[in-house]
Amino acid sequence: MKKFFAFLLIFVILMSACIFPAFAYDYIEFSEETVNYYKNLGLQGTKLNVYNWGEYISDEDIDVIKEFEHLTGCSVNYTTFESNENMYSKLSGGGVSYDIVVPSDYTVEKLMSEGALQKIDFNNIPNYEKFFDSERYGYLLEDTVNGEKIKDYAVIYNIGTTVLIYNTKYVKEKPDSWSVLWDEQYKGKVLMFNNPRDSFAIAQFMLGQDLNSTNTADWDAAAELLKEQREKVQPSYVMDEVFVKMESGDYYFAAYYAGDYEVMVENNPDLDYVFPKEGVNSFYDAFCIPASAQNKKGAEAFINFMMEPEIALANAEYIYYATPNKAVMENSEYSLIDSKAVYPDDGDITHSQVFHNLPNDTLQYMNTLWMKVKGGNESEWVYTAFFICITLIAVVVIIAALHKRKMKKYYDI
Amino acid sequence: MKRSPLLTKLINAPYILWSVLFIIAPLIMVIYYAFTDRTGAFTLDNVKGIGDYLSTFILSVGYGAVATLICLLIAYPFAYYLAHTGTSFQRTAVMLVMLPMWMSFLIRTYSWMTILGESGVINSFLGLFGIDPVTMLNTPGAVILGMVYNFLPYMILPIYTVMTKMDRSLLEAAQDLGCGKMHCIRKVIIPLSVPGVVSGITMVFVPSVSTFYITQKLGGGQINLIGDVIEGQFQTANNYNLGAALSLLLMVMILICLGVLGYFTDSEDEGSVLM
Repeated sequence: MKKFFAFLLIFVILMSACIFPAFAYDYIEFSEETVNYYKNLGLQGTKLNVYNWGEYISDEDIDVIKEFEHLTGCSVNYTTFESNENMYSKLSGGGVSYDIVVPSDYTVEKLMSEGALQKIDFNNIPNYEKFFDSERYGYLLEDTVNGEKIKDYAVIYNIGTTVLIYNTKYVKEKPDSWSVLWDEQYKGKVLMFNNPRDSFAIAQFMLGQDLNSTNTADWDAAAELLKEQREKVQPSYVMDEVFVKMESGDYYFAAYYAGDYEVMVENNPDLDYVFPKEGVNSFYDAFCIPASAQNKKGAEAFINFMMEPEIALANAEYIYYATPNKAVMENSEYSLIDSKAVYPDDGDITHSQVFHNLPNDTLQYMNTLWMKVKGGNESEWVYTAFFICITLIAVVVIIAALHKRKMKKYYDI
Repeated sequence: MKRSPLLTKLINAPYILWSVLFIIAPLIMVIYYAFTDRTGAFTLDNVKGIGDYLSTFILSVGYGAVATLICLLIAYPFAYYLAHTGTSFQRTAVMLVMLPMWMSFLIRTYSWMTILGESGVINSFLGLFGIDPVTMLNTPGAVILGMVYNFLPYMILPIYTVMTKMDRSLLEAAQDLGCGKMHCIRKVIIPLSVPGVVSGITMVFVPSVSTFYITQKLGGGQINLIGDVIEGQFQTANNYNLGAALSLLLMVMILICLGVLGYFTDSEDEGSVLM
C-alpha cells in the first residue's frame, strides 16, 4: 500500500509539473483589428511547414508559433536546420515540402538561380510596407538573379556581421586585426568557424581578396593561410559550442557572429569584441517561399505576423541579431538598441563584404580545399605508420600460418 | 512437423522485404552515386577523388584499431571476472554496464567535453592543488577515450555471454589432466571465447572507424577522420557522389579488416559470429 501511495505521489507531482506551465501561458492581447485580420484569412485547419535556423525564434516568454496558431487557427510544423548547406541539401533533395525557409544571402541567390523559390505577394504582407526599414537595409536586396529582383523573393528577418570576440582577462592588448588568430602565443586558444565559407572569408580578408572570387589561385592562397594557422595555433573548428567554450574562459579568441557576442557577454563579462580592420562579412537571413510550397497564403500570413511589432520585438530580444523592423527600433523597451556590436555606428566597420552565390565548380573546389585544411599536414607520418603496421601484421600472419602447419603435421602423425 | 514451403516463404517475406528495402536498396544507391556525377552520367572522377583522402582513411583505421584494442584489454578480464562471480552481483554489474546506454550517445559524448575542458571537472579538481590545467580536450587521447567509453559495452557483453555459456566441465577436465591455471586460460578459455571476442571487435571497430560525432566534439574539429569527411560531403559540400564513393571504400576497407580477423579465427571455431 505504501508503494502505491509513493507511486501516486510521484505521478501527481509529475503531472502537475507538466500541466502548470501549459496553463500559465498568457497570449498577447493584439488589437481587435489585428485579431480580425488573421482570423479572416481563412487559414483555419490548414498546415504550415516552417524550416528555420535552430534557436532562431522566440519560444520563451512569448511563444511566437503558439501565438500564430492561436490567431490564425493554422497548425505549424516547425523544424530547424544548422547551416545553409544543410537546409539546401534537404530542400533540393526533394521528398520534403516546406512553405517557409530562412536562407542567408548567398543561399537565397543559389535557390533563386535554380528556380527553387517563388515570388512573394506583398499585398498579403501589409506589415512590410509599414515596418521594413528599406532606407537602411533595402540595399541588401538590390541585386538581381536571372533578371529577377531578389527583393521580390525575400523578406529580411535579421541582419548581422561577423566579429572577432576575445577574452580581456587573457588578452591585454585590444586586437584590431584578424592576424591575431595566427599568433603562436595563443596556440590552442582560438576558435574558428566550422564551415568553409566563413572560415575562408577570414583568410580572404587578410589577403585582401574578394570573398566571391572564382579564381582558383585566390582560393589556393586562402587555403594555404588557413593551413598555416592550423599548424601554428591549432584552432578548434566549432559552431554552436562556441558559446560554452568562450563563456567558460577556455578559449581566448573566437570568430563568430556579432549577435551571439551579446549572448556570450551576458554570461562572461570579460569578453569583448572588435570589428577587424581587414573587414567583416555582413549577411542577412530572409524568409523565402519555396516553389514547392503547399500553403503560400499561410506562408505570407506567417511572414506578415513575424513583422508585427510585438512579435518582432520578442524575436529581436531572443535572437540578439539586428532587426530591420522600424517598430522595434523605435520601441524604448528594446534592450539591444545601444549595443554597438549589433548596431555598429557608421565608422565602426571599415570594410565589409557580402557573400554571393558561387558557381558549383568553385564551391566544390572550396570544399575540397577545406577538407585538406582540416585534414592537416599529417599524411607523411600516417603513411609511415601504416607501412610499419602492415609489415607487422604480415609477419604475424606468416608466423601464425607456419605455426598452424606445424601443429597440423604434429596432429597428423 | 514440417512447415509447407509457402508458409515458410510467407513467414520470411517481411524480413526479406525489410532487408531489400533498408539494406540492399541503399547499398545499390551508394554504388550508383559513387559512379555517377551530378547529372547522373557515368564517371570515375569520384573514385579518383578518393586519393586525396587516403591518409585520412588510414588514420581512421588506426584510431579504430587502437580504440578496439583498448576496449578488448579492458573488457576481457572484466567479462572473465564477471562470469565467475555470484549471480546477483553479475546481474547488477551487467545492468551497470548497460545503464549508460539508456542515455543518448550524443549527450554522453557532449558531457565529456565538460569533464575534460580547461575549466572542466578534472582540471578544477587539479586546480585545488595548484596544478596548472592540463589540455585534454581536442587531443587524440580524448577522441580515443570517447570511442572506448561509448563502445566498451559492445565489447563486454558478447564476451561475457560467451564466458557464461562456457561448459565448466571442459575446464575441470583440463585441470584433471594437469593443466595449470595460466595454461587453462591460454588453452581452454581463450580459444572458447573467440566467437565473443570477434563479434565484440566487430561491434567496436566498425562504429569507431566511421564515427564523426566523437571526433567533432572531443577532437574539436582538429582531428579529421573519414566519418567527418563523409559527413561533410553530404551535409556541407552537397557532393553526394564523392561522399558515396568514400562510403563505398570505407565499407570495402572494413570488410578487408574483418576478413583479416576472420582468417585468424574461422579455422579454429565454427562459431565466429559475423564473418
